[in-house]
Amino acid sequence: MFPIRLERLDFTPDGRTVLAGLDLTLDGEGITLVIGPNGAGKSVLLRMLAGLERPDAGRIAWNGGKAPAERIAMVFQHPLLLRTTVANNAALGLKPLGLPRAEAHRRAGEVLDRVGLAHRAQDSARHLSGGERQRLALARAWAVRPRLLLLDEPTAALDPTATEAVEAIIREIRTDGAKVMMTTHNLGQAMRLADDIVFIDGGRVREHSPSARFFSRPQSQEARLFIRGELPWRIAFPD
Amino acid sequence: MGSTLAEAASLLAHLDPEVLAIVWLSFQVSLSAVLLGALVGLPLGAWIAVAEFPGRAAVTVLLNGMMGVPPVVLGVIVYLGLSRSGPLGHLGLLYTPTAMVIAQTLLVAPLIAALARQTVEDAWRDYRTELTALGFNRRQAVGTLLYDCRYSLVVAVLAGVGRAMSEVGAVMIVGGNIDGFTRVMTTAIALETAKGDLPLSIALGLVLISVVITLNALAYGLRQWAMRRYG
Repeated sequence: MFPIRLERLDFTPDGRTVLAGLDLTLDGEGITLVIGPNGAGKSVLLRMLAGLERPDAGRIAWNGGKAPAERIAMVFQHPLLLRTTVANNAALGLKPLGLPRAEAHRRAGEVLDRVGLAHRAQDSARHLSGGERQRLALARAWAVRPRLLLLDEPTAALDPTATEAVEAIIREIRTDGAKVMMTTHNLGQAMRLADDIVFIDGGRVREHSPSARFFSRPQSQEARLFIRGELPWRIAFPD
Repeated sequence: MGSTLAEAASLLAHLDPEVLAIVWLSFQVSLSAVLLGALVGLPLGAWIAVAEFPGRAAVTVLLNGMMGVPPVVLGVIVYLGLSRSGPLGHLGLLYTPTAMVIAQTLLVAPLIAALARQTVEDAWRDYRTELTALGFNRRQAVGTLLYDCRYSLVVAVLAGVGRAMSEVGAVMIVGGNIDGFTRVMTTAIALETAKGDLPLSIALGLVLISVVITLNALAYGLRQWAMRRYG
């Protein structure tokens, strides 16, 4: 599966350029944070890796083979939860794998325990708080034992306490052997979590480097401005 | 008028055997038809909601159109199929409760399917990305969406019950309104009113209205409970 090579990806839905010749190579370890301004193509990049979008040009090479869909999981900013119990929602991702019901529920119970929701297993999932919902979504993804976990701004709508809890779970999932790839607008979070940073702007990777180096010595002018919170090339206010 | 109402009340209060037999047959026929209609209509509607195939829009329009087919027209079609010279005439089903179940099933299945399609399509719009990312195929998605929409789909099934219990044209044509054999509430009301036996008509009408109101109250209660329980 790894390394994953994304080669010259173009994506232009409705004539709007989202990805423009994006190149990137991902190894199979650690947490990769994808950052960049709004509309840079971060979420689309994750959706392509999850198989939810197809590039108009270019290709994704999974260590020479095909995408192993059953080993990829994705969590969204606002996870959708079914009108049923927390335990059933945690086991949802195991349905396509065809696991026996008892095994699915054993696995779901195991991950609920690890994300601190075991005591709410029989509650309705839709009665959970925002932070608990996101922990459940992570548990649902974790239950399938993914090799690649894609997280699209999973903490964007959470308070600092809930964010901290989610970050702790993400670290545990990495320790468990999954490669984590995540988008965020929170640079503090990127510093806390990332092993390496992918900085995207204008549909291209402008910089891909270890986290410490990215924040101390960014190589591109765009990255330097972005870290300082200056985005003059994007913002155009009306007179 | 007062004496007619009193007589109707007396028929109900004394559990008149003729009234009970008609009510019992009505329930047997209509609930059997709704059960069969739901078994076909729910998965069919859900499948159309998530499937992508050429002519899907035409199928949707056709399904919606079939919700409004007059029962009497459907009765004629089933009659032609079951009559002695029809393709299924050798089965000898015409003027039997089975023929009435067939006619009502054909009446309610499109209604349930059309309502299920709309409900599931709305849910699919919300869940599509997430279920696809989890690796669900269309068949698995249909099962999951039907389960998730189960409380909303009760309304679709109830609409089927209402249509089946209240229609008169189809069962009259294929059942023949035979006393003690194929006479149901609606056909009995039509016949007895024409004969001038208003107490029996009113008694059956009261039962019919009570059934419809009770079913709707149960559905409302179930939805309220589900909203509190599952959000």
